[in-house]
This record gives sequence, C-alpha cells and structure tokens, in this order.
Amino acid sequence: MAIEVIKPGLATSVQDAGRPGYYNIGIPLSGALDQYALCAANLLVGNEAGAAALEATLLAPELVFRAPAIVAVTGAEAAPKLNAEARPRNESFAVKAGDRLSFDFMRIGARVYIAVAGGIDVPAVLGSRSTYALGALGGFAGRKLAAGDVLPVGQPRSGARAGRALPKDLVPTYPKSLELRVLPGLYFHRITDESAKSFFADTWTVAPEADRIGYRYRKGTPLAFRERKQPFGAGSDPSNIVDAGYPYGSIQVPGGLEPIILHRDAVSGGGYAMIGTVISADMDRVAQMQPNNLARFVAVDMDGALKARAEYKGRVAKLVASLQ
Amino acid sequence: MGAIRYSFGGDEHVFAEIDEEMSLEAFFKGMAVCTELQTRSIPGVTEICPSNASYLVRFDPDVIHPDKMLGKLKEIEAELGSADLELPTRIIEIPVLYNDPWTHETLMRFRERHQDPNSTDLEYGARINGYKSVDDFIAAHASAPWFVSMVGFVAGLPFLFQMVEREKQLEVPKYLRPRTDTPKLTVGHGGCFTAIYSVRGAGGYQLFGITPAPIYDPAQKLPYLKDFMAFFRPGDIVKWKPISREEYDRDIKAVEEGTFDLTIRPVNFSLKSFLADPGGYNRHLLEVLHGH
Repeated sequence: MAIEVIKPGLATSVQDAGRPGYYNIGIPLSGALDQYALCAANLLVGNEAGAAALEATLLAPELVFRAPAIVAVTGAEAAPKLNAEARPRNESFAVKAGDRLSFDFMRIGARVYIAVAGGIDVPAVLGSRSTYALGALGGFAGRKLAAGDVLPVGQPRSGARAGRALPKDLVPTYPKSLELRVLPGLYFHRITDESAKSFFADTWTVAPEADRIGYRYRKGTPLAFRERKQPFGAGSDPSNIVDAGYPYGSIQVPGGLEPIILHRDAVSGGGYAMIGTVISADMDRVAQMQPNNLARFVAVDMDGALKARAEYKGRVAKLVASLQ
Repeated sequence: MGAIRYSFGGDEHVFAEIDEEMSLEAFFKGMAVCTELQTRSIPGVTEICPSNASYLVRFDPDVIHPDKMLGKLKEIEAELGSADLELPTRIIEIPVLYNDPWTHETLMRFRERHQDPNSTDLEYGARINGYKSVDDFIAAHASAPWFVSMVGFVAGLPFLFQMVEREKQLEVPKYLRPRTDTPKLTVGHGGCFTAIYSVRGAGGYQLFGITPAPIYDPAQKLPYLKDFMAFFRPGDIVKWKPISREEYDRDIKAVEEGTFDLTIRPVNFSLKSFLADPGGYNRHLLEVLHGH
C-alpha cells in the first residue's frame, strides 16, 4: 500500500508522538504539534495513538491512494473531499485504489492531521518516524513532502473500519482568539514591572513567522529589560543571556519586541532571555493558531498548570476509552 | 558563584542557572550535576541538557512531581559540594582552514549587516581584541584548546569556550542583524563562544573559517560518526589545527571517499589542576592528543 503526493500543500510532513531523549545534542522532540488531534486521527483508523500520520499546515495536500485504505482527518476545519465528493472530518472513511483526497482551505485552525490505517511506514530514526527538517532527519527523506513523493503505508491492525466517529464532546474547537496559560519564571525577573504587567494585559497577534520551530507574536507593547551590566559571555543586548537550554513552550523576546513560543522543533538553546513557559496543556492550542489569530497570556502557578495538565490527560483518556 | 538558581520551565522542565556569567567553573558544576543525574536513572526524567553556565532537565510530572524533581536536583547539588570535579572525556583535533574562500564570499555578501563593513570578520576580530595582525589572532584562536560547553541550537552544533584566563578570552559581538545564510561547517565566533555550524542556515556569529570534518550526518558515513549521527558531546575538548588549502582539499576528498577520520584521545580532565596552572595543563592535554 502506498500514497502518492500530487500537491504537497504548504508544509506537510510525517509526524508521530515524537523523539525524546536527544535534546542535549540539539535534536528536538518533533512529532505532531497538536498531539490530541494526532491521537484522535490514529484511534479513528485503529492505529496506536502515537502512530505516524501526516501533519498539514494552513494549506493541506492532495493525495492519491494506490490501494484501498481506511482514512481519518482531524484537526483544523478544512473540508475533506474524496474525488471532489465531501467526506466527514473526525470520522473514518474508506478509500479505493486511485481515489484522490483533497481539502478546502483551512477556515479555522492551522493544522490538519491525516491518519491512514497501518500508519505512514517510513523508517524509524532514533525511535521515531517524525520529520525534523532542520536536521534533515526522520520522516520522508528528512523533509516536508514534495509532489511526486510516494509514501509507504504499514499493515492495518484488525478492527480498522470506516464510520467510526469522534463523539461530539471530544471534538476540540479552535477559537480565533484565546488565552494561553503561562508559568512565569526562568528570566522573568529580567523584565521591568511595567513590562511584566503589559505582557499579560496586552492582546498579541500571531505573526506570519509561525512554524514548527516557534510561534512569533506581535502588536503588543515592547518589553523593557531591567538595566544591568551584562554578565561576561552574555552578549550586549539587554535581552541577552549566556546561551542556555530552551524549554519547550518557553517564551523568549529578542530585543524585547516580539515574543516567540518554542514548539516541538525547537532550537534547543540560545542567548535570549525566556520570561516564562506555556504550560503543557496549552501547547496543542498554540499549534492550531493561524497568523492574525489573537492570544492573551494568562499567568498560572504550578498547581494551576498541573490541574490543567490533569484535565488535558483526562480528555485524552476519554478519547482512548471511547474509540477502543 | 553563589548557590544555583532554580526555576520551573512550565510543568515539564527545571532550569538551573549555575551563574549569570560564563566560566569553566560554572560549566563544570552543571556538567557534574547532569552526569550524576544521568547515573541515578530517575524515572520520569526524559532529557538532561548541560549548557554553558546552566542546565535544563525535562521530566514527566505524571511520573515525578515537580517539587520532588527539584528536590532531587538540590540533593545532588548539596552532595557534590565543592569537591574537585573530574571529567573522563576525550580530546579531539579539528582541522580548520581559516580565512577560507567560502565563508569569505558569505561575509562579503552580508557586509551591510556587519559592525565594520570595510574589513573582514577576522580583521575586525583581530583589531577589537588588540591583535596586530590576522595571523596573530588566528594563532591565539588555535593555540589553547577549547571546551564544548553546549551542544545544540540545531542538531549537533557545538558551542566552545576557550580554556584560557578571562583576560585572554577572545570576544566579538554577533552581527548587527543575523545573516540568512552560513555555509555548513563554518567555524564562527560570537560573544566568547566559537561554534561549528553543523548545518547550513541563518546565523549571527563572525566567520573565521571552515572545517572539512563533517560533525552531523544522519547517514553516518564516516568512521567517527558510526556510533552516533552527531559527533560532539558536552565536555569534549577541541584543539583547532590550522590547515592549508591543499590539506583542506585532500581532507574533502577523503570525506567523499569515506576514509576521513579524526584524531581522538581519551583524557581525564581535572578542573583543579587546570585552574592551578592553565598553561601547563593545556600543554599536558596537547601531549595526550599527540600521543607523547
């Protein structure tokens, strides 16, 4: 079984649950930016939750199936079409050999996940099939998909069938304006009290530079850093620190101008002060923000972060329970 | 250097700042904690990343509560105390063609982003560090060995800190605006750090030269990349070996034929001995490297 890429879309890549364990040498986690949507798509087609699927960004691909298969589409709202006929989102459907899958524009949300029963069967590299494009590692030839690529598909598990649907209450919504919860810390003490206030009070707009490495935000008040003599090795800009490791979800503000949230293809370290970290429960929501969507940052403490994480894990557990 | 400053990076990371400023002592302390943490194999710990004057740990808070994770790190800090820090590591010779045509072409292309558009990066670096000539500056860069104090930014990229006294450290600012392009395997310098660009891409470091030695290759073609696709580890010691264009071309040919290899020797580094006599200790390291 194989899938041929007719049009690759804007940035479509093979992603799974990720590749932990190599961040200390600069190889990031990678994997689907919206892990909930990946999990849902896989369970709908009878795969393991973390199997390799396709992640499409803003403009989805056009694909032709070379053999019959069971397919599911989750994530952003982009109407799927099979040979120009509408197909449902969040529900598995069957395709025949030669069928062509295409999509309308992504109206709401930024990432569509396309799972196929059996999973995308590219070789696992360091324990994962995820694509890390900066390092030309994993996925299909270490890069985003191009027209003419032919993707191998694995053996479906028994129980893969069409017509399996996500319960309504487990379908996420992707608001165009949302709140992202942040645990302040790291180098938060480096910004002034006024900037600490304005950072959380302002509404920030997703910039066009938003990708798997990081999400950039603009149109908020520039942040000011407290004056100091820069430490040896830190660099001359007040937003500089001695290069340090960057947590996933950490927010850096180069020059105090535009906050950047690092996501799963993060650069693993650098010399910009991080002022806090988006909590793990909200990272999927970051991934579904389109350029020009709006965000407010809301400060939470560790208890709040862990409570939100437990709620998120609870939703995933319900998803798993309802689709098994 | 006071107590370590700890801070949570969201619900999945602890960040530990050993010191605000860079020093070999700060790096070593972080490295020692990370090594000990690795040894303890604590369930829930997924990433241990030493970096310059800090370190970062990623953990699964469903397996180990953040407070408990932090407690473990403080416990290790207390147990290590101020004991002499020793590190079993390796010393590696990396050939460099300084002032090469490829980084020269690149730096000329981005001249309007530089502090001094009328000189090259090496001329600028030599001048602001008080060296009479580019050759003297290169000699300073290539004489004393360097510590790999962090690997990252992108896959396999080493940051190196020279093993000399503070007043001998070479310091240059980064470009005013980052370049959109840097040749693969460029040897560049920014702040007090030298980096080897493991992949082609954007960058802000001053461009000093290029090495023929691949340091990151998912295909793992060369002998020293067989064990793992990224060569460098935090704690490695590097000695730059200036080479001529003829030697560079010969090395590149060997790389293409898959026969290129590096000189790599095991060494036990003692911070205390180094600090007592940096010059003498560096001579000892070079003897180890050259097999005397």
